[in-house]
Amino acid sequence: MVASRAIGSLSRATASRMRRCPGYICRSFSGSSALQTRTHINYGVKGDVAVVRINSPNSKVNTLNKELQSEFMEVMNEIWASDQVRSAVLISSKPGCFIAGADINMLASCKTSEEVTQISREGQRTFEKLEKSPKPIVAAISGACLGGGLELAISCQYRIATKDRKTVLGAPEVLLGILPGAGGTQRLPKMVGVPAAFDMMLTGRNIRADRAKKMGLVDQLVDPLGPGLKPAEERTIEYLEEVAVTFAKGLSDKKISIKRDKGLIDKLMSYAMSIPFVRQQIYKKVEEKVRKQTKGLYPAPLKIIDAVKTGIEQGNEAGYLSESQKFGELAMTRESKALMGLYHGQVLCKKNKFGTPQKEAKHLAILGAGLMGAGIAQVSVDKGLRTILKDATLAGLGRGQQQVFKGLNDKVKKKALTSFERDSIFSNLTGQLDYQGFEKADMVIEAVFEDLSLKHRVLKEVEAVIPDHCVFASNTSALPINEIAAVSKRPEKVIGMHYFSPVDKMQLLEIITTDKTSKDTTASAVAVGLKQGKVIIVVKDGPGFYTTRCLAPMMSEVLRILQEGVEPKKLDSLTTSFGFPVGAATLVDEVGVDVAKHVSEDLGKAFGERFGGGSVELLKQMVSRGFLGRKSGKGFYIYQEGVKNKNVNSDMDGILASLKVPPKSEVSSDEDIQYRLVTRFVNEAVMCLQEGILATPTEGDIGAVFGLGFPPCLGGPVFAFRALPLRGSVRCSEGSGPAQEVRGRLRKTVHPVPAAHRSR
Amino acid sequence: MTSMLTYTFKNLPNTSKWALQFFVRPLSCSSQLQAAPATQTKSKKTLAKPNIRNVVVVDGVRIPFLQSGTSYKDLMPHDLARAALSGLLTRTNVPKDVVDYIIFGTVIQEVKTSNVAREAALGAGFSDKTPAHTVTMACISANQAMTTGIGLIASGQCDVIVAGGVELMSDVPIRHSRKMRKMMLELNKAKTLGQRLSLISKFRLNFLSPELPAVAEFSTSETMGHSADRLAAAFAVSRLDQDEYALRSHSLAKKAQDEGLLSDVVPFKVPGRETVTKDNGIRPSSLEQMAKLKPAFIKPYGTVTAANSSFLTDGASAMLIMAEEKALALGYKPKAYLRDFVYVSQDPKDQLLLGPTYATPKVLEKAGLTMNDIDAFEFHEAFSGQILANFKAMDSDWFAQNYMGRKTKVGSPPLEKFNNWGGSLSLGHPFGATGCRLVMAAANRLRKEGGQYGLVAACAAGGQGHAMIVEAYPK
Repeated sequence: MVASRAIGSLSRATASRMRRCPGYICRSFSGSSALQTRTHINYGVKGDVAVVRINSPNSKVNTLNKELQSEFMEVMNEIWASDQVRSAVLISSKPGCFIAGADINMLASCKTSEEVTQISREGQRTFEKLEKSPKPIVAAISGACLGGGLELAISCQYRIATKDRKTVLGAPEVLLGILPGAGGTQRLPKMVGVPAAFDMMLTGRNIRADRAKKMGLVDQLVDPLGPGLKPAEERTIEYLEEVAVTFAKGLSDKKISIKRDKGLIDKLMSYAMSIPFVRQQIYKKVEEKVRKQTKGLYPAPLKIIDAVKTGIEQGNEAGYLSESQKFGELAMTRESKALMGLYHGQVLCKKNKFGTPQKEAKHLAILGAGLMGAGIAQVSVDKGLRTILKDATLAGLGRGQQQVFKGLNDKVKKKALTSFERDSIFSNLTGQLDYQGFEKADMVIEAVFEDLSLKHRVLKEVEAVIPDHCVFASNTSALPINEIAAVSKRPEKVIGMHYFSPVDKMQLLEIITTDKTSKDTTASAVAVGLKQGKVIIVVKDGPGFYTTRCLAPMMSEVLRILQEGVEPKKLDSLTTSFGFPVGAATLVDEVGVDVAKHVSEDLGKAFGERFGGGSVELLKQMVSRGFLGRKSGKGFYIYQEGVKNKNVNSDMDGILASLKVPPKSEVSSDEDIQYRLVTRFVNEAVMCLQEGILATPTEGDIGAVFGLGFPPCLGGPVFAFRALPLRGSVRCSEGSGPAQEVRGRLRKTVHPVPAAHRSR
Repeated sequence: MTSMLTYTFKNLPNTSKWALQFFVRPLSCSSQLQAAPATQTKSKKTLAKPNIRNVVVVDGVRIPFLQSGTSYKDLMPHDLARAALSGLLTRTNVPKDVVDYIIFGTVIQEVKTSNVAREAALGAGFSDKTPAHTVTMACISANQAMTTGIGLIASGQCDVIVAGGVELMSDVPIRHSRKMRKMMLELNKAKTLGQRLSLISKFRLNFLSPELPAVAEFSTSETMGHSADRLAAAFAVSRLDQDEYALRSHSLAKKAQDEGLLSDVVPFKVPGRETVTKDNGIRPSSLEQMAKLKPAFIKPYGTVTAANSSFLTDGASAMLIMAEEKALALGYKPKAYLRDFVYVSQDPKDQLLLGPTYATPKVLEKAGLTMNDIDAFEFHEAFSGQILANFKAMDSDWFAQNYMGRKTKVGSPPLEKFNNWGGSLSLGHPFGATGCRLVMAAANRLRKEGGQYGLVAACAAGGQGHAMIVEAYPK
């Protein structure tokens, strides 16, 4: 007895986190050794409430891995066995993260679906024990509560969450091509209702704490605290714990009921859901919607619907079984592996591998208040960067300022910002027509018209006014950076930053370095991009860099296919059903026919025959007729304000007819056409890798998916090249085997021109 | 019965004639001053500065502070201000034509009397040749009125200033919705019947939903009570501590009221009602009673309740401030000097109510004093939790270093010198008028309890704060 007390006091003295809490009695039922071996969980008792703290070592986030799970169960068993403990609180010691989800690597290391199913079964069993716990368990959630973390939380009897922006709840499994495999598909519908559960699981969206409270996903909210006698974050977690302990006590004393008062709408809803016919209708509706949106390319959403349905219609047992089996099946799919690859890639591309820049960029100046310039300004000011937006004309500047304001104001309407925050963010923006204040700029990003001589002019003008350390970045989609830098007095400070439109929605930033660009300049550009919330790939300079270059041969193929007489609508549906977010013909209209023409000509010159196939003449004629795409109201389609269903531009018929090329029957099936498009993309991506434009395959995949909408289910061009049996590719390239040969090493020459054109 | 008698007796000086008052006051005060221990050595003998005019408070009054919705509920703000001004005239007998300027503070403005200082001054019989303006700075509006006056005197622009404040929470402007207002304004401009009809046809029922004045911070949309609850939690101030502090405030206020120490109160004959002679929000209760209350803002687990918060109050105050030489020339015996003051501001979200913490060390530094030099502390009590959080913040080196850019803490005020005659929690807190009450309480306490320096501090919406040193006028 004395010994155990001594151990107790010893561990109290050593565990610094515990020392902070007065009245905290650390108990170690199984002796000191067990306490020391626990690395993810520590546990103590306040009164009769056990406080279980999760804190995975050496990581910013807690993830549910095997180690953590087993320690957790060990602790829970002690709690259940203990006489002193009547209730428990689960909390994370990490600010900003409760549990970010299950450990993906745990799934990746599995060889068979049975193994994965087994993991799911174990998870289900653990959480079932929690659900049936005789002692109430309160989950105190601060920060990300996602995936497995959410499943854990909803197995508890009560949930309290901090009401801050970092606290989000969600079931993002679907985004990784899997499903919530630890009882989530079964518990969530019971907790928030079937429609809301479907919404969460099928979109994977993050739900903020206040919304979660309204949905019934959490029971209480705790406001984040400001600084007191210790840092705000630390005290907030402590406070959350104090509140959770009060509620845990209240629950075990039966002073607080876990039953929630349902509103009238909820009651009506649950009544409706008790009617089998209504349920069937809902399943049907959801399934239809999913099929329409995924084009059948993603298996996970349908399996999620299935697992939910099984649980509701056939009972828990069948539901859990179905969930775990489908979880196993999904984890083995190509789609899931592709999506997980992208997830890892995205994490990598959110890091600055060039180190910390010598001087942190705080003052930005953007030249050109057009769509891009204003977009870049918007994502800069809302991260606290002081930004000058300069344009040549007051009207242009006003348009740009309005765009920034509207972007922010839309967030106010969605309640992501308060109107006050909007105003204070907007005050970071200075609109002007001259170069005043450029002497303070740490980085200038030019987004003027894509014209080399204009870019030269502004570069010279800017270099006359900026300080020595200031980086000059060009937001160009195709002009080679070294040509822009040619007139610079300090080419080591010149870099390319290729943003994608709309800047506030598109996650990718392609940074282009020339031979002369210094490492510190690159580090600075990446740091700014990361601050702007971008996923970043850093590529070498060359015609079209990476993204534009990959797109060009595909676009050439698009022209060719249109010349062969395929209707724009048909082409669009072929591309979207292959997994591209936007149809190929629509894409040309969106990018702008003039831009497309420009790029095709430039890159055609640079790369020659490999970029051939379609005729640029088509674009030239369109430009001469004023069919510039969406911006001019006409392109392949006709665009009218307020009209949702766009019609094909019949004036194009003449142009297309004059440039008609007879289709080759052996490569003209729907599938052939899809593969003709995608292989030209993939081919060029692999060429970029081979030539060293791309530093890593990952960046190639991320760039294509996040910047160009390459089908995520294929995991990106390089992933697809390695993993897919690129039947079309092989056939198109006359079976000359670049695919096979390069698949392993990616070094040998990739055969440049797909067969469809060579044999032309 | 006896208590009633003593009460009237104590109020006698206030209501009776000037000469009598003059007679009574030296009697009651001088003995006190003499009794005060002069043993304690101060960092500075006086805060007088060379080449700067000394500014003195001749006297200050307030009408009784009432819970809103009680006796003042049918009045308008300028009525209250008028009563305070009349009270000041009676108390000081100052010739109206020597007053150079009148400044009043107010927070929730009555639209009809947006320059309430002017309307009240005219109504109180001041010369129509005396200009007046109104200032607003949330709960430190009256402080702003006083310090504006100090500035005018110190810079030689004026010699005699009346500063005050007023708030009437019984009536607040509730507006039509923006849509309704817009339609009404457009209707005004419409010329033809057709135009009018087409405008009226746009009317929707939801236009009629009224717009209440926000009790929330504009920048954060958070109500002050909510922020106070979070502040108390951030500094780990318990519910019990808060209730105990509130009980102290009420008990001390009750005692001060019973002993007639609240001599700044002047009676107010409310038209059509009885004469109001004392504050009506003082209600010492028991901890048990207070513990029964549910949290008012953060439900169900917060700590700020109706019992440990200041209540919505109607009231007005006014003070006569002069250049010292002017006061002496007019034959006055001033009550106190108004010395160094500071305004501070900080994060309106998480540090909304920490004004005193920031202002106190700053004003002490400016004056060259230390906490030990202060004999009377008068802090505005918005919430028990706020006061106790400020104490903890002032007593924390960590907070001083990390948030205030100071090397060490300033230390928390000793409770025995702190708000000894009650505070805003018990006496009430008419937003615009509290500042003058604080200064007068400090001045009167220094005279009554003895001592040289008083420190007044207050927090205000917008994350602002104020502190001022009051120096007793030597006998």
